[in-house]
Amino acid sequence: MKSEDTVLLEVKNLKKYFYLRTGFFFNKTAGSIKAVDNINFFIRRGETFGLVGESGCGKSTAARLILRLIQPTSGEIFYKGKNILTLKRSQMFKYRKEIQIIFQDPYASLSPRMTIGDIVSEPLEVHRIGDKNSRIKEIKHTLKIVGLNPEHVNRYPHEFSGGQRQRVGIARALILQPELIICDEPVSALDVSVQAQILNLMIDLQKEFNLTYLFIAHDLSVVKYVSNRIGVMYLGKIVEVAPAEDLYKKPLHPYTMGLLSAIPIPDPDLEKQRQRIILPGDVPSPINPPSGCRFHPRCPNAQDICSKQEPELKNYPENGNNHFAACFFAGKPINN
Amino acid sequence: MYPFKEDKNKIQNDSDIEGIIDESVELETELGKKYGKSSLYKDAWRRLVRNKLAMIGLAIVIIMVVIALLSPVIAPYDPNDRIKELSQKGPSYQHWFGTDILGRDIFSRVIYGARISMLVGVVAVSISLAIGLFLGALSGFFGGISDAIIMRIADIFFAFPYILGAIVMMTVLGPGVLNVFIAIGILGWASVARLFRSSILSIKEKEYIEAARALGASNARIILKHIFPNSFAPIIVYSTMNVGTAIIVEAALSFLGLGVQPPTPSWGKMLSESMSYINTAPWLMFFPGLAILITVLGFVLLGDGLRDAFDPKLKR
Repeated sequence: MKSEDTVLLEVKNLKKYFYLRTGFFFNKTAGSIKAVDNINFFIRRGETFGLVGESGCGKSTAARLILRLIQPTSGEIFYKGKNILTLKRSQMFKYRKEIQIIFQDPYASLSPRMTIGDIVSEPLEVHRIGDKNSRIKEIKHTLKIVGLNPEHVNRYPHEFSGGQRQRVGIARALILQPELIICDEPVSALDVSVQAQILNLMIDLQKEFNLTYLFIAHDLSVVKYVSNRIGVMYLGKIVEVAPAEDLYKKPLHPYTMGLLSAIPIPDPDLEKQRQRIILPGDVPSPINPPSGCRFHPRCPNAQDICSKQEPELKNYPENGNNHFAACFFAGKPINN
Repeated sequence: MYPFKEDKNKIQNDSDIEGIIDESVELETELGKKYGKSSLYKDAWRRLVRNKLAMIGLAIVIIMVVIALLSPVIAPYDPNDRIKELSQKGPSYQHWFGTDILGRDIFSRVIYGARISMLVGVVAVSISLAIGLFLGALSGFFGGISDAIIMRIADIFFAFPYILGAIVMMTVLGPGVLNVFIAIGILGWASVARLFRSSILSIKEKEYIEAARALGASNARIILKHIFPNSFAPIIVYSTMNVGTAIIVEAALSFLGLGVQPPTPSWGKMLSESMSYINTAPWLMFFPGLAILITVLGFVLLGDGLRDAFDPKLKR
C-alpha cells in the first residue's frame, strides 16, 4: 500500500507540547498544552492530503512542525525517506526549497513594505538562484501562471484584493518549483466565489507541476473538493483517516459523522430532510484533555471503556481500502 | 457542494489566463486613475503636505539647516570679533540683535550657534539610534537572557533624570563639544531600544516573517528586509522629536558650563553669559532663547506631523 518511492512525506508519532510556566525566577512547569499529540500520517507523491478539524485542534501546529518553524517535543518526520528533524540548519536549507507553505491570511502573509516583485523574488534571492535578469523573467512568468498581471511587479500588496494577494502568496510558494506545498487554510479568509477561483488555480497547478499538497482547512466541503485522502483531527489527535470518497460516504468516527452532518445541502428539499447530529458541549481544554478517548464526553455512543482506554487508529478494510479510525465503536450509527 | 466545476473563471488554457489578465488590467487602470501609484511613504508624504503645522515645522527645520550650513555667508560679522565701544548696545540697523557685553554681534553669534545645535541634534540622535537599534534588535528578536539584561539596563537609564545623567556623564568625560554629543547620544539609547523592541515583538509573529523563515532566510535578512522597513515609521517620528530634546539638553549643559566652551558660540552658553544683565540688556537673553524655542518647536511640529502622516488612524 505504501512504499518508499510513492510516499513523499511521512509523519510518525509527532508530538508538540507547549509548556506553561509560572513564576519569575524559578520557572515551574504548570502544565502543558498538548497541541499535537502523537499523530501519524503519510502523503503520497502527487496527492492532496486534507487535514480537517475545529480551531485549536492542532492542524496549523502540525504544518509548522513539518516546516520546522517550531521544534517538536518528539516524533519523526520523513521527507523522501529522510528524517528531516535530525538535519542541521544548513542541511535543512536544501529541503526548504522543496517544501513551501501558503498561508491563511493573505493580508498578514505579505510584507506591506515590499512590492509584489520583491516578495516573489525573495525565495530566489535566499537560495541564490539566477541573476537579476533571469529572476525578473522568472517572476513575471510565475505571476502569469497564477493569473496576475506581470506588469504589476512594482505594486504593493495593499493595492490588491484578497484573492489577488493569495495569488501572490501562491506565486511565492511556486517560484522555487517545490514538491510539497503545505496549504494552511489557504481559502478560509476569502469569500466564496474567490475561494472557488483559488482552489481551481491550485488544482490546475497541481496537475501541471505534479505538486503534492497538505491541505489544511476547517471547511469540509472545500477539503472534499480538493483532497484525495482526508485526516480528521480532534484535540491534537487524528481520529479518522480515509480516502475522501469513503470518508464522506461512510464516516466511522462519531466526530466525523457530526462534522459531516453540519454541511448544508444546496437544495431546499434535501436540506429539510438533512439529519443533524448535534454534539453536546464544547471542545475541552487541551491543557487537561479527557482521559481515554478524548472525544468521549461529547460522544453520543460513549460507554465505560471510552473513558478508561485510549482507542488506537485501526484499519477497517470492510469500509473501503485504507479506512482508519480511532474508535471502539467505529461505524456505529448515532441516534439523536 | 459548491458549483466549482462550472466556475467561469476556471483556468483551462493560456487564452483564459490572457482573458483574466486583460480584465485585471482594465480594473487596475481604473483604480490607477482614482488613486495613482502609491506606497506608504508616498501616502505619508501626501498627508504631511496637507498638514499646515507640520509644513511650518518642516520649513523651520530646513531654514535652520541652511543657516547652520551657510553661517559664514549669512553672518554679517565674525562672531568672535570684539569691539569695545559697542558693548551692550541694543538692536540697531548695523547690529540687528544688538551686541553683547564684549561687543560681539549677537545676530552673528546666534547664526553660528545654529551650527552647534543642529550638529548636536544630528550626531547625538545618530549615536542613540546606532546603540538603541542594535540593542533593541538583539533584545526583541532573540529574547531570553539578552532581552532581560538589556531591558534591565534600559530601566536603570530610565530611572535616571535626563539632565542629571547628562551632568554626571559630562563630569566624567570632561567638557567639550564631542563629549556633549557622546553624553546625549548615550543617554538616549534606552528609549530607542525599547521602542524598536516593542515594534519587533509585534511584527515578529506576523505570517510574512514565518514565510521568510520557511524559505530559509537568515536572521540578518529577516531583520534587515522585513523587520526594519515595517518598524521604521515610529522610529523616524521619535528621532525627529528627539533632535529637539537633544538641542535643549545641549543648551542646558552649556548653560551650566559643562557643554560647549567659550568662545564657540552656543545658544545655551549665550543665555548663561547674559543672565546677570537681564535687567539692563534683555536682548542678550531674548534672541538666543527665541532661537532655541523656534528650532525645538520646528522639530516637534514636524515630528507630530510625521506621526499623524504615518498613522492616520491615531489622529483625533
